[in-house]
Amino acid sequence: MTAHAAGGGTIALTYREAVRAALREALEADPRVFLMGEDVGRYGGCYAVSTGLLADFGPERIRDTPLSESVFVGAGIGAALGGMRPIVEVMTVNFSLLAIDQIVNNAATIRHMSGGQFSIPLVIRMATGGGKQLAAQHSHSLEGWYAHIPGIRVVTPATIADARGMLASALACPDPVLIFENALLYNEKGEIPADAGAVDIDRAAIRRPGSDVSLITYGGSLGKTLTAAESLAGQGIEAEVVDLRTLRPLDDATILDSVRRTRRAVIVDEGWRSVGIAAEVMARIMEQAFYDLDAPVARVCSEEVPIPYARHLEAAALPQTDKIIRAVEHLMGSHD
Amino acid sequence: MPSLGSDMEAGTLVEWLVAPGDTVSRGDIVAVVETQKGAIEIETFEAGVVDRLVVEPGTEVPVGTVIAHIRGAGEPAAPEAPAPEAPEAKPKPKPKAPKPAAAKPAGPAPTRVRVSPVARRRAGQLGIDPETLAGTGPGGAVSLEDVERAAAAAPATAASATRAATPPDASAAMRRAIAAAMARSKREIPHYYLSTTIDLTQALDWLEAENRRLPVAGRLLYGALLVKATALALGEVPELNGFWRDDGFVPGPGIHVGAAIALRRGGLVAPAIHDTDGKDLGAVMQALRDLVQRARGGRLRASELSDPTVTVTSLGENGVEAVFPVIYPPQVAIVGFGSVVERPWSVDGRIESRRVITASLAADHRVSDGHRGALFLRALDRRLQDPETLA
Amino acid sequence: MTQSEKGPAMPDRAHALDLLRGMIRIRRFEEKCAELYSAMKIRGFLHLCIGEEAIPVGVMQALTPQDAIVATYREHGHALARGMSAGAVMAEMYGKVGGCSRGRGGSMHLFDAATRFYGGNAIVGGGLPLAVGLGLADRMQEKANVTACFFGEGAVAEGEFHESMNLAALWRLPVLFLCENNLYAMGTALQLSESNTDIHEKAAGYGVASEAVDGMDVLAVEAAARRASDAIRAGKGPYFLELRTYRFRPHSMFDPELYRDKDEIEAWKRRGPIVTFSGHLRDAGLLDDAALASIEAEVEREVDEAVAFAEASDWEPVGDLTRDVYTEEDAA
Repeated sequence: MTAHAAGGGTIALTYREAVRAALREALEADPRVFLMGEDVGRYGGCYAVSTGLLADFGPERIRDTPLSESVFVGAGIGAALGGMRPIVEVMTVNFSLLAIDQIVNNAATIRHMSGGQFSIPLVIRMATGGGKQLAAQHSHSLEGWYAHIPGIRVVTPATIADARGMLASALACPDPVLIFENALLYNEKGEIPADAGAVDIDRAAIRRPGSDVSLITYGGSLGKTLTAAESLAGQGIEAEVVDLRTLRPLDDATILDSVRRTRRAVIVDEGWRSVGIAAEVMARIMEQAFYDLDAPVARVCSEEVPIPYARHLEAAALPQTDKIIRAVEHLMGSHD
Repeated sequence: MPSLGSDMEAGTLVEWLVAPGDTVSRGDIVAVVETQKGAIEIETFEAGVVDRLVVEPGTEVPVGTVIAHIRGAGEPAAPEAPAPEAPEAKPKPKPKAPKPAAAKPAGPAPTRVRVSPVARRRAGQLGIDPETLAGTGPGGAVSLEDVERAAAAAPATAASATRAATPPDASAAMRRAIAAAMARSKREIPHYYLSTTIDLTQALDWLEAENRRLPVAGRLLYGALLVKATALALGEVPELNGFWRDDGFVPGPGIHVGAAIALRRGGLVAPAIHDTDGKDLGAVMQALRDLVQRARGGRLRASELSDPTVTVTSLGENGVEAVFPVIYPPQVAIVGFGSVVERPWSVDGRIESRRVITASLAADHRVSDGHRGALFLRALDRRLQDPETLA
Repeated sequence: MTQSEKGPAMPDRAHALDLLRGMIRIRRFEEKCAELYSAMKIRGFLHLCIGEEAIPVGVMQALTPQDAIVATYREHGHALARGMSAGAVMAEMYGKVGGCSRGRGGSMHLFDAATRFYGGNAIVGGGLPLAVGLGLADRMQEKANVTACFFGEGAVAEGEFHESMNLAALWRLPVLFLCENNLYAMGTALQLSESNTDIHEKAAGYGVASEAVDGMDVLAVEAAARRASDAIRAGKGPYFLELRTYRFRPHSMFDPELYRDKDEIEAWKRRGPIVTFSGHLRDAGLLDDAALASIEAEVEREVDEAVAFAEASDWEPVGDLTRDVYTEEDAA
């Protein structure tokens, strides 16, 4: 990159631009890579992630598909079996339910059912999350559902660097990887090293060190959680913020190491409270760090309601900074 | 559930000796509770009418749980019970009651002090009873910081803790309780030891004469003489009678000599003979007999276990010459006696065969010095040379 | 018989006997499977294709070793006709580690990388998108391969069928769609589930070249498959064959067949692919008792060897339970 030549400094870009840069790099690096999905070509991607790629790579490698989630996801699986490295874009996780047969019954099982003969080196990207007043069929966070399934990997880039670096690692992985991009992040801006490249897709990351409580989160909730942590610091509470990054496999070691140090944990998860990723993280803490706890493990999740349209109701339904702060204050005993 | 010792976490109510409507006076035995130290009779410190029995026989409840309501004279009866209640008999500190919040799952109020898992583990390591601490965590729960703070601030007041609430094996539990108390004693109390051999001939002669005129059931054993003499001698050296609390000595509210009694199943207890110095010898003897009987039957009263201000231990029956005892915290002294033996003894310049006993004192150097201990032993000797004054 | 008059010409004797042997091999293998199921050597579901053997045997004549196959849960015949080892298939049904899927798949999930056999797919309609993707990969890599995708007429009611027809036609992908129309989706007759029972017309509606073929006539199947694969290799896009057939046995092993008459079954059995083809061969002087006995003996030996192989194969250690979930064993 040119910025690299300018002294190995940093470059400023948006999350959207970071994903696009990763796509461009992957398409340039490997002729087997192609992008397929609804409106990824001429429209430029419904979140404008793939804008400009059609012009550079042509319609064979930037494939607009019909509104047929099941067949274009299944075709991604078949193409991966056939020697390609497809990147399938599903507009939102809500639409991925039309392809869930292919993801769960095929992508996740074929390696196992074939006794290890066939791998599925497939990447499926999809937008997730609420907060844009898109109501109950465009706002849900179903990452936790997919994280339930053995045979696939689930990653949730929450930072510009991860948006830039996770795709290459996902493509290098011989198994299906689902990348969940929280739609609220696309306009986030940040600086990354000009030569930023692939990052691991196995480990959680400490985004802010702290000693009093572990705030464990991922994806679109990371920013809110970091804001809450800064606010808590004003009260003398030092919160450590753990970004899960990968929902499957979960990085138990980083989670438990943090909780053992702080002795308290709040999970922040945009998924619904019941039977979600937060519940899984809590269960692992109970199983492995119970005797290190100073307070019950708490969670801040979406309320148990289809995400409503009205702005104030939607805001009330999603995890927010003040809810995170209140949960921490309660754990610290400052509020009963 | 009264605390019968700082190492007691819970008790199982064995039976109620009163029923609702009964009138009770302060000191009446109202219930029997099984503890790690055996069955213990519970007395009431309230007078009035038994209003309601809260805890069913067979139930184990933590220390501090309300087990019954007693209505004072003139108070109206309590309305019919809303189920079990939060601890309120807890001496100090009272945990903040959790405020009901919509987000919290509904359910009965907690019936035990909240202690976080890590706090409980650390308290166990430090020998602290976490349930005696003021909790600052959610809902007043005791946190790791609370335990560390307590350990740093007042190590001496930390009670010895035992692990699990209900040990399946009572004698194993007692062993652990003794282990915790003695380990703490040896860790925290700077003991000094003194001993002297006392000519007991005159006292024993007097005792035999007394016993000849007493009915068989009322006959006195020399142990009663030793206990009474100890009590009177303590009156002259009061800094050996009391407790080490909060970095200082707290004199005993009276002289309540605890008599160490070995149990047949192993282990020992040292229940108090209340106001030993004020009791006549017959009453001391009576109390000793009663305590031994009840200790071995496992039916001691709560106050008898928690009230001793000093302990007397005698291993004379087993041919031991001298005892070097370990102080039972938070007491500050313990007096030991060996066997009565015949020895050549110089009396007024002549060698005679006399019956003598070795008395020893272990005392807490934080409270008293050897000089005061020596004064105590001398006073003990003097009292025993004048047995009539012990009657 | 009109059909044979209209049908393709009788091939040379060697090829004709190969076709007959292929069908008898499937028939005897599956009869042995039914016996072993009753003896509890094979468990789970066991879907037999007895009566439908002409389809796998006929279609495979048109495929090269580089072509790919996507099959259904009634795929023993396809696996055997494709050239997979009968022993590996039998061991798979036993659940043994020597099975073609190491015992992880069973009867419904036969896989074989060596012959590009991509299952053994037990979600009705779920294999079609895979075949579209395999065709896409070949197209993008400029390989002249065909992906042969078998499915039953029940799959035609699934959305995935329509999505796949449309995309394959839209992108002109090299996929040979092979609808085995045996008239019953489990127990539901075709006329009870489809508004238009001429299934090949549905494919035509997407602009896919399509034909209806007598699936009981191995020569007709072979000829159609050749026509179709030639067209695909010529770059004309996907091709659709509706292969009209009938299964003589129940849907799976535990099926009292309440939904069809015995008379109907008997009538179809008289049109069975083995009995009619061997009749034609005898009429043409290409088959005699000795030749048939020789085929039967050869097949019997192979089936016996397959059973012996399965019996002798090991059980996978339970310690290996979680292998092959991910390519890296340490994941998740």
